[in-house]
Amino acid sequence: MSNRVTNILVPLISVILGLIVGAIIMLVSGYNPISGYTALWNGIFGDLYTIGETLRQITPYLLAGLAVAFAFRAGLFNIGVEGQLIVGWFAAAYVGLAVELPKIIHLPLAILAAAAAGALWGFVPGLLKAKFQVHEVIVTIMMNYIALHVTNALIKTVSDGGDRTDKIFSSASLRSEFFQNLTEFSRLHYGILLALIMVAVMWIILEKTTLGYELKAVGFNHNASKYAGMNVNKNIILAMVISGAFAGLAGAMEALGTFEYVSSKGGFTGIGFDGIAVALLGMNTPLGVIFGATLFGSLKYGALNMPNAAGIPLEIVEIVIAVIIFFVASGYIIRLLLLRAANKKKEAK
Amino acid sequence: MTKRKFGLGLSLMLAAGMLAACGSDDDSSTDTSNGDGGEGTEETSEISAAMVTDVGGVDDKSFNQSAWEGLEKFAEDNGLEVQKDGGVDYLQSQSDADYNTNLNNLIRRDFDVVFGIGFLMEGAVAEIAAQQADANIAIIDAVVEADNVASVLFKEQEGAFLAGVAAALMTETGKVGFVGGMEIPVIERFEAGFLAGVEAADSSVEVDVSYAGAFDDAALGKTTANLMYQNGADIIFHAAGGTGNGVFTEAKERKEAGENVWVIGVDSDQYDEGQVGDDNVTLTSVLKRVDNAVYNISEQTKNGEFPGGETVVYGLSDDGIGLADSRGAISEDVMSQIEEFKQQIIDEEITVPETLE
Repeated sequence: MSNRVTNILVPLISVILGLIVGAIIMLVSGYNPISGYTALWNGIFGDLYTIGETLRQITPYLLAGLAVAFAFRAGLFNIGVEGQLIVGWFAAAYVGLAVELPKIIHLPLAILAAAAAGALWGFVPGLLKAKFQVHEVIVTIMMNYIALHVTNALIKTVSDGGDRTDKIFSSASLRSEFFQNLTEFSRLHYGILLALIMVAVMWIILEKTTLGYELKAVGFNHNASKYAGMNVNKNIILAMVISGAFAGLAGAMEALGTFEYVSSKGGFTGIGFDGIAVALLGMNTPLGVIFGATLFGSLKYGALNMPNAAGIPLEIVEIVIAVIIFFVASGYIIRLLLLRAANKKKEAK
Repeated sequence: MTKRKFGLGLSLMLAAGMLAACGSDDDSSTDTSNGDGGEGTEETSEISAAMVTDVGGVDDKSFNQSAWEGLEKFAEDNGLEVQKDGGVDYLQSQSDADYNTNLNNLIRRDFDVVFGIGFLMEGAVAEIAAQQADANIAIIDAVVEADNVASVLFKEQEGAFLAGVAAALMTETGKVGFVGGMEIPVIERFEAGFLAGVEAADSSVEVDVSYAGAFDDAALGKTTANLMYQNGADIIFHAAGGTGNGVFTEAKERKEAGENVWVIGVDSDQYDEGQVGDDNVTLTSVLKRVDNAVYNISEQTKNGEFPGGETVVYGLSDDGIGLADSRGAISEDVMSQIEEFKQQIIDEEITVPETLE
């Protein structure tokens, strides 16, 4: 079996297997898998509105996936994307409603504020890792909680004791009338373009700059990089800062695009944690992240239509979606099985 | 070797067969269900209603559940089909981002009135109301100013006041507790009312106040309750949704160990939550009749009187707020004092504060 055939077969078989197991789960629970999957399909591609909303859902996943992937390439496990996203969300919303400026200044300012807040939240674990060898996983998890509760307190202050801020000024909004008219009032916003630009930015940093080369080298082997004369500590901090900035931008998508405000949260948004899966599905490459985010965003958004159109309870839907993602992620096993089958064939000859 | 390959091929064929089998199966069942649905809508085309839950989900043992019970009752009284187009239905939200989509989905299915349950949905309702000018939308626990939105508020403080009276008169340690979910206006109304009630009934009773910061963290609720009971409180009033389930767990464990501790439930009658063996830790519950509100608005919509643009406020006087049956846990003497306070609030002799001073 040639390599190219395997490359096409593996994802195809994984998806089909996922769908079959998902169908069995629905069947066993007494629901109709065909109407379930039809509802899922229509929930993703049904009409212009759902397509717009699907793209909107993909946007923060793209950036959260980039954030996790970027840190991974430098050998760091950034679980703090969630917290960095939350502070980015707050920072963008705050800049969006605190001042009124011409759009050409206001919008970039709000976006930069989000990136800066996320970067700051990434800087702390980066610094602790570089200077004191504190494991970044512990620090980033704790930073998530700090982010959640600090922003909740700040939201309360900013909104005079309320639970959510006012709407941001339209001069800071990413919402697009053009997209809205195109997609029958979906919340699709210009953020998707920014996210795609960031995919390119990450690719350029990693593949075309000295910085990217050093980051990857540090990711492969600290000691070898140090021996080669690279500043390992600087690279660790930089990797976390850039990763945090991507995560902050994901927060800006929510603040300036989807919601146009920030409300106090009882728990995490989950986007940052899903970003880990997005990055891993995409093998931590920029292009792979597009694939992972598209899969995740589409399934997450389309799943909403399954209780709506097919009457399947949300709990079953979540299991089905998880199973599909599980099979896609375990494509490695299928590749292994295919290879073994091919080898056996050779031996037989 | 060929055997192995044959096996793989066989399993693939099996899989394909299974998929095909599902296919044929489902085609027939889809047909019948479509038929059912069609008839259903013809029969019951006069009124339909649906709701979107917030992230708590429809079985939160709190106001989402209460709202759905209201719709179920409405369906029963009007012979509507449950979870069908043209009848009554609900959609659950997993995150804030889902509110818009869920509201939109229901409106597109032409429900006559769509409810957004919970203050969290305020932003989404305002946005959708502007886009879907023909839709009737109602929101619970928040005010949205639009001609096609009916807003429903509750005077939680009045019920919490009575809970405060009950706690102050029933405590044996002279100390009671309040566990809140998040520090948001709705919950602070509960706190303000509770504090005022305790103060009015017995100003020597101390109140321990704590906020968990979440509505879905039962473990945290248990820890918080543990601390409060340890510090001498014997009655805890919780206004914390799912977090409050942890308060019940802690109280039940202590009751089993022989301690005399109580919990005052919230939103719906939480008597069943408090059952432990033959004992029960639920002193009473502050009822917030979201079900009545949902039922009333559905009824009004049916009669062509949807209260768009209005804000309806439910309190003690119209049974939108109340105390649940204590089933003997509160003595008759105390009950009569609670009744007195209740009458005074209804007669507007006492005004319960909405906010903390």
